[in-house]
Amino acid sequence: MELFLYTALFSPLVGSLFAALFGASPKTKIAGVVPSIMLGVSLLSSTILLVLVLTTGHTIHVEMMTWMATGNLYIPFGFVVDQVSVTMMMVVTLVSTVVHVYAIGYMDHDKGFNRFFSYLSAFVFSMMILVMSDNFAGLFIGWEGVGLCSWLLIGFWYHKESASWAANEAFIMNRIADLGMLIGIFLIYWNTGTLQYDGAFAAMANLDASTLTWIGIFLFVGAMGKSAQFPLHTWLADAMEGPTPVSALIHAATMVTAGVYLVVRANELYALIPHIGLFIASLGAFVAIFAASMALVNRDIKRVIAYSTLSQLGYMFVAAGLGAYWVALFHLMAHAFFKALLFLGAGNVMHAMDSELDPFKMGGLGKKMKGTMIMMTLASVALAGIYPFAGFFSKDLILEVGFVEHHYIIYTVLLFTAGLTAFYSFRIVALIFHGEERYKLFGFHPHEAYKFMLVAMSPLLVLAIIAGSFKMTYFDMVTYVLPATEYHVHNHLVYWIMTIGTQLFVILSIFYAYKKYTSRDVKVPDGTSAMENSFKYKLLINQYYIPYFYEEYLVKPYRELSEIFWTKIDQKIVDATVDGIANVFYQTGEKTRVMQSGNLSTMLKWMVAGTVALLSLAVVFGLAARHSGEIKIFLSGLGV
Amino acid sequence: MEIGLNHYLVLSTILFAIGLVGVMRRKNLLMLFFATEILLNAVNISFAAISHYYGDLTGQMFVFFVIAIAASEVAVGLGLLIVWHKKHNNIDLDNMSTMRG
Amino acid sequence: MFEAIAFYLFAFLTIAMFYIAVTTSQALYALSSLAAGMIFISAFFFILGADFLGAIQIVVYSGAVMALYAFGMMFFDTTRDVKEKQGNKAIIIGLSVISAALVVLIVAAPIVGNNIEALYPITEGAGNTQEVGMVLFTKYLVPFEVAAVMLLVAMIAGIVLAGKKMDLSLTLMNEAEIMLMKEEDKKVLS
Repeated sequence: MELFLYTALFSPLVGSLFAALFGASPKTKIAGVVPSIMLGVSLLSSTILLVLVLTTGHTIHVEMMTWMATGNLYIPFGFVVDQVSVTMMMVVTLVSTVVHVYAIGYMDHDKGFNRFFSYLSAFVFSMMILVMSDNFAGLFIGWEGVGLCSWLLIGFWYHKESASWAANEAFIMNRIADLGMLIGIFLIYWNTGTLQYDGAFAAMANLDASTLTWIGIFLFVGAMGKSAQFPLHTWLADAMEGPTPVSALIHAATMVTAGVYLVVRANELYALIPHIGLFIASLGAFVAIFAASMALVNRDIKRVIAYSTLSQLGYMFVAAGLGAYWVALFHLMAHAFFKALLFLGAGNVMHAMDSELDPFKMGGLGKKMKGTMIMMTLASVALAGIYPFAGFFSKDLILEVGFVEHHYIIYTVLLFTAGLTAFYSFRIVALIFHGEERYKLFGFHPHEAYKFMLVAMSPLLVLAIIAGSFKMTYFDMVTYVLPATEYHVHNHLVYWIMTIGTQLFVILSIFYAYKKYTSRDVKVPDGTSAMENSFKYKLLINQYYIPYFYEEYLVKPYRELSEIFWTKIDQKIVDATVDGIANVFYQTGEKTRVMQSGNLSTMLKWMVAGTVALLSLAVVFGLAARHSGEIKIFLSGLGV
Repeated sequence: MEIGLNHYLVLSTILFAIGLVGVMRRKNLLMLFFATEILLNAVNISFAAISHYYGDLTGQMFVFFVIAIAASEVAVGLGLLIVWHKKHNNIDLDNMSTMRG
Repeated sequence: MFEAIAFYLFAFLTIAMFYIAVTTSQALYALSSLAAGMIFISAFFFILGADFLGAIQIVVYSGAVMALYAFGMMFFDTTRDVKEKQGNKAIIIGLSVISAALVVLIVAAPIVGNNIEALYPITEGAGNTQEVGMVLFTKYLVPFEVAAVMLLVAMIAGIVLAGKKMDLSLTLMNEAEIMLMKEEDKKVLS
């Protein structure tokens, strides 16, 4: 069984290294095919492990080798396959296999084809380390690894200034958060003496509440950065500068959910500090509605989906914060499928429209791109949470959790957000695929994507539809390690009113969006309509002015401060000191080279001078040795 | 008026200083050899004096070897001097600047 | 008393001779005064009871070394004034005086401070030459032999360096021949 574990873990690495061999050469098909096959192998191994865990309930725990052993610190390269990590492994390998195959078509005309696959597979490897590690140090390695790959992939088209800017933004925001996480890990080691999950969580039961609170806060800061929670959320929308398969894999399905995974993994910790859990849930609910509101008006399909991701991450944190860890993980899984599908569909649309992202410039694409339209519509339905799609089972469950736990404000917020979600999803679908064919005005010639790309997407489609039916199997599996709390509204009448009410609300939102954006009045906005000039619209389209705020009040002062440090401290003190020392030697050399005139007579004089110097030293030391006692007394008198 | 060791040492250092003056101010190589001989002899006096006042023959042995070294130095030095003079027709120190860095 | 008179007399003479040797601009004066100074130094050796060294001093310096110098000077134009280096005299004298003072300080210090134990005490009832011989051929035998070899090497080196074209006599050649020879020398040497 260990064989499967290692296969699942290392075959993405093999694929990455293989593609890296062709990194500098022009596009080679094999550089895309081999990593995809390796990913397939990884998926197969993960499936076998899943079946094993599912049927027998055994978990696999291996220690590959010792990583650090110094003093009391012992950190092995240990990997664990339990119910939680196997779920994550399945999600990661499945989505990445699909994305890899899809990307062979999507990146077909790109010069960096080979490089792309090398990065993408390296990302999967890092993600696998993140989810499979049995200790916080290994988790952190994977955490940083995915951060690095995310940076590489967002800035994949590095010649575009906006892309490299977005990459740096993402990287820097994540570093800020990672500092918090690192502090959390240090605190864990400091207080429990180990970084192994089982050992650390076992020891935590005996710690006092304030220590646990700090650990919980700092770990969550790390999760906030990676999962783009407020106020570190701005990088996720900008990260859409990367190629679309990257957005699908990293910034929707896998990496951004690492924060949720961390909270789920640390459930024993958060169970001890429910007030932090409540904070997490509140923040999640806030982010859910906050991001959804920004998605309402955005005119960039990828950004809309990115905000949707943000919003759904908020849902997951609500579940995790309220102690419904298995629900959070379940929504994570379901969301990964339909969100990746949505992104890949958006990728098809982009491909067809020569990288145009404004849905107002599209319209009526449904006739040309039937396959994509069907997939995106179904994914949107799943996202909106219509029965019997995956979203219904996972998202409504979160609403129920909020209701059952008596957090009615959170429940109301989430319910409202569900309506917004349905609205913006179908706003996009309607604008892209239905209504008038506005693209003709701009001279686009859309065409459907390659067949194999659609075929590659189909597993996601199937899972987006049926994932909900695994709910009970899944529940039975993960509750081996996660708290098995079932969330049922006991009053049947209330339950039915809630469910049907939610469904009706969502369906109404869908119809409203559909009606509004398929009408013949839809024009490409030109900034003149009354709606566009309203305060609300401006607030939303400018993302609540938060990026502006960051730019004006954090980036600029920081830049000015750096400027001051550079010109005043670095140049005038540090550099000047170093230059001064060098200058002393330089000047000394310049002055003393006169001594080397080659004139023997001058040399003889210097020789005598040297003799005098040495003799003086001898006298001084002789006197010092003779009078050492008096000198000591004198020095002690001076206070030395 | 007893003549002690210090008298000899002072004499020795005065002669040594004269030798140093010669070493530093002479430009002619031959004169430089003279000055070197003065330096060696100045040291010889102090060796002999110490040997006498401490009743130890080691000092005299050193004087003996110093004289031997001085003799061979003169022999080799003069040989080189002659060769140099044949080539350049002078023995001026200021012209010997081939070691200029 | 006589010892004191002798010491001061010879000290004065030696210093005067050496002073002339280093300051005069006449090569012959310098040579003569140096030879005289060397002989006066041997007087100190006699006063100090080191008869053997005194004899050696006279023989080696006034005999061999001076003969060698005179021989060397015959090659050069001794009638010409020796040109002196133009430099800062204060530095020269200052450095010399300081070093001398420091040497006195250092040499005097242990003598004032503690007694040195004699390693090879002077044997009673034997002459100085005998004592020297006894120490030289027992304790210092190897250095003595090395010194002998060194002298041999120096002698051979002197002959080799100076002895080229000894068969030619400058006084018997006319100017043209001398110039020609010099030209050839330059070619060979350069």
